[in-house]
Amino acid sequence: MAPNRIIYVDNASTTQIDKRVLVSMNPFLGPVYANPSSIYSSGLKAKEAIEKSREMIAEFLDAKSQEIIFTAGGTEANNLAIFGSTSGLQKGKIITTAIEHPSVLRPLERLEKNGFEIVKIKPKKNGVIEVEEVKKNLDRNTVLVSIMYANNEIGTIQPIAEVAKIIKKFNSQRLALNARPILFHSDACQATQYLAMNTKKLGVDMMTINGSKIHGPKGTGVLFVKEGVKIEPQTLGGDQEYGLRPGTENVAGIVGLAKAVALIDKADIAKTKKIRDYIISELLKIKGTWLNGCRRRRLPNNINISFRGVEGESLVLYLDRKNIFASTGSACSSRSLEPSHVITAISNREIAHSSLRITLGRYNTLSEAKIIVSEIKKSVEKLRGVS
Amino acid sequence: MNKDYDVIDIKGKRFLYSDKVEDHFFNPRNVLDNGANLDQFNARAEVGSPACGDVMKIYLLIDPETEKILDFKWKTFGCASAIASTSVLSEIVIGKTIKQAYKTTAGDIIKELSGLPKKKIHCSVLGDQALRKAIDDFRKNQSAVK
Repeated sequence: MAPNRIIYVDNASTTQIDKRVLVSMNPFLGPVYANPSSIYSSGLKAKEAIEKSREMIAEFLDAKSQEIIFTAGGTEANNLAIFGSTSGLQKGKIITTAIEHPSVLRPLERLEKNGFEIVKIKPKKNGVIEVEEVKKNLDRNTVLVSIMYANNEIGTIQPIAEVAKIIKKFNSQRLALNARPILFHSDACQATQYLAMNTKKLGVDMMTINGSKIHGPKGTGVLFVKEGVKIEPQTLGGDQEYGLRPGTENVAGIVGLAKAVALIDKADIAKTKKIRDYIISELLKIKGTWLNGCRRRRLPNNINISFRGVEGESLVLYLDRKNIFASTGSACSSRSLEPSHVITAISNREIAHSSLRITLGRYNTLSEAKIIVSEIKKSVEKLRGVS
Repeated sequence: MNKDYDVIDIKGKRFLYSDKVEDHFFNPRNVLDNGANLDQFNARAEVGSPACGDVMKIYLLIDPETEKILDFKWKTFGCASAIASTSVLSEIVIGKTIKQAYKTTAGDIIKELSGLPKKKIHCSVLGDQALRKAIDDFRKNQSAVK
């Protein structure tokens, strides 16, 4: 009944691994199995592969090798950034946004329970925060600001370089008082493939990358930690990753992640944008339809749209029947029974329940986009007939 | 709630729900046609809210003499289990007297659907409430007529 082809448009969730990434990983899943900490030749070979990968990623981020900490994914990197940078503090103020990924919000909520003050800035209706909101919340108690580069659900891009400038200015005034500078962390998991990732220009102190979002392997990530920024490890037991992330390294994963980063071609962006814009403009022709998040300040691969009278899980399952794989902010597809906190923050629960997220990747084409649009139109019509 | 139904586990399955839910979700029975004349029904009820992600409207035609449910039409905004549970409820109650139908529980609906995933049980099965509300509506109208 379902057609033979598969159209995968859930790339914000995870991506198909690039074959070239797979090839780069193979030796380290096979013959080069020695522990990179070992001093004999095979161990050195594994170690060399890690360090070469570290250099590749450092170059991509315009950073130093020693600023790259490999982790087992974005969630771990976000946890390390938040807990690692607040370790040893009893209290303090942390500024974030209401639309962060749970791997930022849940650690912050734990800190809140332990005595920290957490300020969650609400974005404007278009899903973008006001820099002014950050500025007016900075004070002498502030220890950390964590703001995502681009949102995983609605794809909106936050002005993190401007936020970094404001923090820098505030810190320079504070330096005279010998106070601890405010650190700035950004979760850049969704941004890596599409936006400028130069850490010097962005002005971040810490930044998170995730391999599985960029056609790399799952369970791989990076926390960039600027030289001079002191963080404490959250797991103990070895000297790997400058002592910040102990444990025998995932050599194949690290090599694959570096390869995935090296394969990022910003020339692909124009093609992705064209497909995105086609889908958005076609879907908005359907009556009773809203685009969630700013149309302009938006990742090239993100479409998040709500259809009146159509519940998101139902639509995802109707599309699944046509081998089109997308996702929704409806509660019905989440584990919590609560609809998307992101869409709820910029509109309301009803729109969140009716949302469909389509996120493009390297392999999507315009002809797939045409099939997606036509199948969505049919499914929306059918589900509206039922509601 | 009646507990003699299964909680479906999605392990190894190609669809999130039972075959019965799948069938009713993709081929819903007794859906109210858009533009249908609502005067043909003599009882109706609406439960749920769009903010909660489920809204169910049901329309019944009840024979005032025999008190048998002659027709049951519905509209549901909601996930697959919400749509399938209303659809299957329409099949359960058509032909029953309102006295019999009134006893229908969420458990009966879930059993008829060959089970639902655990987290769906409390949120998506609203049909039994809607049905009782519609029957109450009918009884109220009838006593007003008398």
